Amino acid sequence: MTTTEAQEEDLLGLVATPSQTAGPYLSIGTQWNANGRAVPEGTPGEIRLSGSVTDGAGVAVTDALLEFWQAGPDVGFGAGSGPPGRGVQAARWTGWTAWTGFTRALTNADGRYSMWTVKPGATALGDAAVSSEMEAPHINVSIFARGLLQRLVTRIYFGDEAERNGADPVLRGVADANERARLVATWIDGGYRFDIRLQGEEETPFFVP
Amino acid sequence: MTLDPPYLYPDYRSTLTRAPSKPLLTLPAGATELSGPVFGERHVGAAAADLTRQGDGEPIGERIVVHGRVLDAAGRPLAGQLVEIWQANAAGRYAHDVDRHPAPLDPNFAGAGRCLTDGDGIYRFVTIKPGEYPWRNHPNAWRPAHIHFSLFGRSFMSRLVTQMYFPGDPLLAFDPMYQSIRDRKAAEALVATFELASTVEEWALGYRFDIVVAGRYDTPTEES
Ligand SMILES: [Fe+3]
Repeated sequence: MTTTEAQEEDLLGLVATPSQTAGPYLSIGTQWNANGRAVPEGTPGEIRLSGSVTDGAGVAVTDALLEFWQAGPDVGFGAGSGPPGRGVQAARWTGWTAWTGFTRALTNADGRYSMWTVKPGATALGDAAVSSEMEAPHINVSIFARGLLQRLVTRIYFGDEAERNGADPVLRGVADANERARLVATWIDGGYRFDIRLQGEEETPFFVP
Repeated sequence: MTLDPPYLYPDYRSTLTRAPSKPLLTLPAGATELSGPVFGERHVGAAAADLTRQGDGEPIGERIVVHGRVLDAAGRPLAGQLVEIWQANAAGRYAHDVDRHPAPLDPNFAGAGRCLTDGDGIYRFVTIKPGEYPWRNHPNAWRPAHIHFSLFGRSFMSRLVTQMYFPGDPLLAFDPMYQSIRDRKAAEALVATFELASTVEEWALGYRFDIVVAGRYDTPTEES
């Protein structure tokens, strides 16, 4: 934060509201749209993405909420709708009029989640109007649960995108190959699999929220 | 400077096995980070903002109005924001399978609501004052009365889930979740203000809870 920004905040008397855990009963408030469906059943190009969530002791996390946010397969986030960051841009996709690019899913009694979507397209890094650097197809994920005073943030990449993954600026920034692999979903039994480990040796790489 | 609590806060025992142990990476300000989901009227029923009218009868407890403004980092109102809340009933019991607190359930209280902010960023809920409840974190651990809040902000990077507390609650001093926020001013921002102006004559007490959803990549400029 620059001095000017800090002074502006002081003048406004604004304090960013801090985060608190969603707690063990988060499903009460979020299950109304937590069916994991970013697309309706039978959508052409539909993919299933699933996996487990485990804690540092290897115990299944049965009370987590996962939220997914992604570009559509073609036109992404409504490119040209204004400078980024100056207002919410909805995720656009011409394939389904009700597409929002957002869905959420709760983990089940085995600590597993499932979601259904279409594979996102490549997105521009930063302002599409001025940037030519591209990111490989990915889905941003937020994780909420008891014991998380703030959400965790990670990204899901796709194992069958070796070339674009190799050029992706975020993946390139992860030096360790094993860690990098933990950001990539693998194709198993007709769907993508992405396991999340909150803590420990096999910990999923997380990003500053 | 971050006002958010740390992931690892040993006084809150669940963080011991759930806090990441490796340094966090930084996401660039990419298209996915600078955009976010948009919600509308189709996501909120008319009754969703009044938690006292979701059952066949009236829930037991002290009726309250909880309202406030949702602002971004620059103090601009966030209009059309989805606000989700969930809470325990007046006896401190959640309508949830996992909650084993032997306090009575209320058949007329589900404890969940949602609404959209208006053009001035204002939301308003009618609900029941939640009860304090015990948890097994430490001997005689009781959560202060609170309402869980969920907001999306301007983009993926401004997503916020937090809790609103009530003024003068003696349990705040002993609550690891509240105490995990080191900055006093930031912690106090989670405590609602009793407000006579929004109190409804002979019907409900009014509380004000303003929320500043300040995303990491939000640009504090006048343009929008
Ligand atoms: Fe709670």
